[in-house]
Amino acid sequence: MDAEILSRIQFAFTISFHYIYPPLSIGLGLLLVVFEGMYLKTGNKVYEQITRFWIKIFSLIFGIGVATGIIMEFEFGTNWATYSKYVGDIFGSALAAEGIFAFALEAGFLGILIFGWNRVSPKVHFFSALMVFLGAMFSAIWIVVANSWQQTPAGYHIVGEGMNARAEITDFWAMVFNPSSVDRLIHVWIGAFLAGTFLVLSVNAFYILKKRHLEIAIPSFKIALVTATLFSLLQLLAGSRSAEGVAKNQPAKLATMEGHYDSSSKADMYLFGFVNNKEQKTTGIKIPGGLSFLLHGNFNEPVKGLNAFREDERPKQVNAVFQLYHLMIAIGMALIALTLYACIQWKRKKLFDQRWLMIVFVWSVLLPQVANQAGWFTAEMGRQPWVVYGLLKTSDALSKTVSANQVLFSLILFMLVYALLFVLFLYLLNKKIKHGPAEYGAKENIDEGTRRNNPVIQQKN
Amino acid sequence: MGTFIGIEYNVWWFLVFGAVISGYAILDGFDLGAGALHLFLKKEQSRRIALNAIGPVWDGNEVWLVIGGGVLFAGFPVAYAAIFSAFYIPFMIFLMGIIFRGVAIEFRSKEPGVLWRKTWDVVYCVSSVVIALSLGLMLGNVAYGIPLNAEKEFAGSGYSFFNPFSIMVAVTTLALFMMHGAIYLTMKTENRLYTKLHLLANSFTVFFVLSFVITTFYTLLYIPHLSDYFKSHPAWFIIPLLMVLAIANIPRQIKAGKYRYAFISSATTIALLLIMVAIEVFPYLLYSTGDPQNSITVHNASSSGKTMKILLIIALIGTPLVGVYTAFVFWTFKGKVQLDETSY
Ligand code: HDD
Ligand code: HEM
Ligand code: HEM
Repeated sequence: MDAEILSRIQFAFTISFHYIYPPLSIGLGLLLVVFEGMYLKTGNKVYEQITRFWIKIFSLIFGIGVATGIIMEFEFGTNWATYSKYVGDIFGSALAAEGIFAFALEAGFLGILIFGWNRVSPKVHFFSALMVFLGAMFSAIWIVVANSWQQTPAGYHIVGEGMNARAEITDFWAMVFNPSSVDRLIHVWIGAFLAGTFLVLSVNAFYILKKRHLEIAIPSFKIALVTATLFSLLQLLAGSRSAEGVAKNQPAKLATMEGHYDSSSKADMYLFGFVNNKEQKTTGIKIPGGLSFLLHGNFNEPVKGLNAFREDERPKQVNAVFQLYHLMIAIGMALIALTLYACIQWKRKKLFDQRWLMIVFVWSVLLPQVANQAGWFTAEMGRQPWVVYGLLKTSDALSKTVSANQVLFSLILFMLVYALLFVLFLYLLNKKIKHGPAEYGAKENIDEGTRRNNPVIQQKN
Repeated sequence: MGTFIGIEYNVWWFLVFGAVISGYAILDGFDLGAGALHLFLKKEQSRRIALNAIGPVWDGNEVWLVIGGGVLFAGFPVAYAAIFSAFYIPFMIFLMGIIFRGVAIEFRSKEPGVLWRKTWDVVYCVSSVVIALSLGLMLGNVAYGIPLNAEKEFAGSGYSFFNPFSIMVAVTTLALFMMHGAIYLTMKTENRLYTKLHLLANSFTVFFVLSFVITTFYTLLYIPHLSDYFKSHPAWFIIPLLMVLAIANIPRQIKAGKYRYAFISSATTIALLLIMVAIEVFPYLLYSTGDPQNSITVHNASSSGKTMKILLIIALIGTPLVGVYTAFVFWTFKGKVQLDETSY
């Protein structure tokens, strides 16, 4: 294998691993704000316990998110040097802004969120939760803007030639609000909210099944269920907006996602299917003309197909992109069905009586995670062979000085280390969940000395 | 390229980069140093106190590294591309250090088992040492220069990084961080742990001064070009002079029990050291030891004037904000460490 394919595998592996954690932080961040907000408003100790419990889990997730995120930041320089030179003007500013505006905010207030219970007033503590959440939201903004720019470049011009060519900003706001960034950002945010809320649903469904911590599990479950239902529905809207954007700006990608080859014919929409790229045929259960209808409001209007693009300017992994895309949509539908069904049962006061439903919720935590990964693979593999759409090919974007052996070395290292991290993460998460939230209510055995300046504790004593 | 107060944007951005790197070295320097000396503390209680002394702030400190990476990427993409692809293997090892240090701090307290904790103590200490050494090694090579080709990419062999000069810089960096970390911990502790750290701080100061003096003499004797600028502009000798004063002040303040001043002195030492390096290398970001024509400078590696301007605006808005809440966090956790139910 050459340095290019190894670098691509390494990038895909490290970013996918990173992307397990930030969506959880963003989603949990939202719920922490809600939980602590309820506590502040009602003074009900249950909400304090819920908040404290999830902060512990948050800090575990956050720690791994940070450790793996730093790798991402430098991997552009180590493995994609030519790309870095090419996009530095644009991408670099987004990354610098991310560091200053987002990460610093998040990491700064995290200290207070985790360690500050006895040192600041409840209001300041709530404020810290809010800032941590905002920091996580901001970090998604800049990175998605940077990625969207490489999908749909805007606000730039090219200077220099050949290996020295590079993009320079001509219009900062046009760069930030490039044609895809807003739609994709909203879709990514909602994907993250779903990841976080389903973790909360899953853990609490587990407690409900085991009949443990019910006084805490039931309110948490209800809050998370409302959030999850809302965002599952919104995600359908956000996703179709993304799809419309892809149709407009990256027609080769859209044709890949639906396995559509022939530009002169109407385009079908598949529920399930299989693409044979050699024979250029797609088979499966379909709505004939469905894609034509979605894009043009007419079942017979032709849609640009893969054949309209040169062989070396369209993705090769058509079936993989097709499958991943359809997997994401299937999950999106499943989430809507699951949450709506649960809401109906709730209304009929039967929500917690059906064991199987709670078991489904325990496992449902995996669904948004898989959809998030599948969505990114769709977006990124569908962008091939371009690293910057229409401007720079992935094969030209490499570091010229890094050898295949070096990448192989680092790739193996990452695989070993990340496997270890993942096992430890699951072990500790599992332990925390088994242990449950109860412990944090029992503050009685704390040294008297640490209680100073805390109006909450004084008030309760 | 436009100018601001008569100074070109890219020179400003070089200063911003220098400031961020100094901020990183001063802030993460103390928690890396605390990590490197972690195994000198023997009791479980002492180790917990040391960890909680950096607990609420180390992550915020590390963000300065992230900002530094972004600043280099945005302002000098050519240098960002060249440096990280050239130092591929040392940098991967550095990143492993970053991963393991982060999770060791996070994981250690999650289990009460003795073996579990001892293991993470070792991981924490070793990874902190690895980070400090690899940072120093890269700094040494950047200061010395590496062979570059006409595309401004690295054109040498990875083994050349382990030259005597860079190894000395690496050891000096470690010593500096350990001194800085010990002083920080002294500031945060009481009673017997305080006394112990006080002694450690003194020993690491000696360690640092020794390695610094040896590196300096080696540089003067064998790499004369690294002191050219100072020789031709003797007024700048004020910087090394101030540094000597700052170092001398450390044991004095510790003795007087004024650890806060000792900490300020060691922070000043770090800043002055980096200023010295910056004066020496400017306007080079990466000197080409093969053909100097291929060197990467602030002028030929920078982003466009427009980006520079945007970046300066971002920095002008962002830095005060970061300053305010960093100060707020440090203020919240001021004073001696006290363990409670939220501690590591
Ligand atoms: C919980 C997560 C989740 C769910 C349920 C869905 N998506 Fe999604 N999708 C993502 C999470 C995601 C994502 C991870 O956030 C992606 C990857 C890149 C991006 O911008 O968002 C994405 C990408 C993505 C793209 C590609 C954008 C691009 O290439 O720029 C399209 C067209 C859709 N989605 C469409 C949908 C549709 C029609 C859905 C139907 C319900 C759907 N997604 C559900
Ligand atoms: C290749 C692209 C990416 C890079 C270079 C990158 C970089 C980083 C870095 C350096 C950190 C650590 C920050 C710290 O020290 O606090 C981090 C964490 C984080 N990243 Fe990424 N990241 C990438 C992809 C993403 C994506 C796609 C998202 C969200 C949509 C995201 C969201 C976050 C969040 C929320 C954190 C905070 C840590 C956490 O909450 O787990 N990142 N990332
Ligand atoms: C977290 C979500 C992301 C996932 C899961 C993801 C996934 C992938 C995958 C699978 C590849 C390899 C594509 C292939 O070889 O066919 C890739 C490549 C790449 N991605 Fe992403 N990506 C994510 C976010 C980002 C972001 C935020 C950026 C930049 C801002 C980015 C920039 C790149 C670059 C530069 C490459 C290497 C060149 C290439 O193979 O196209 N990615 N990513």
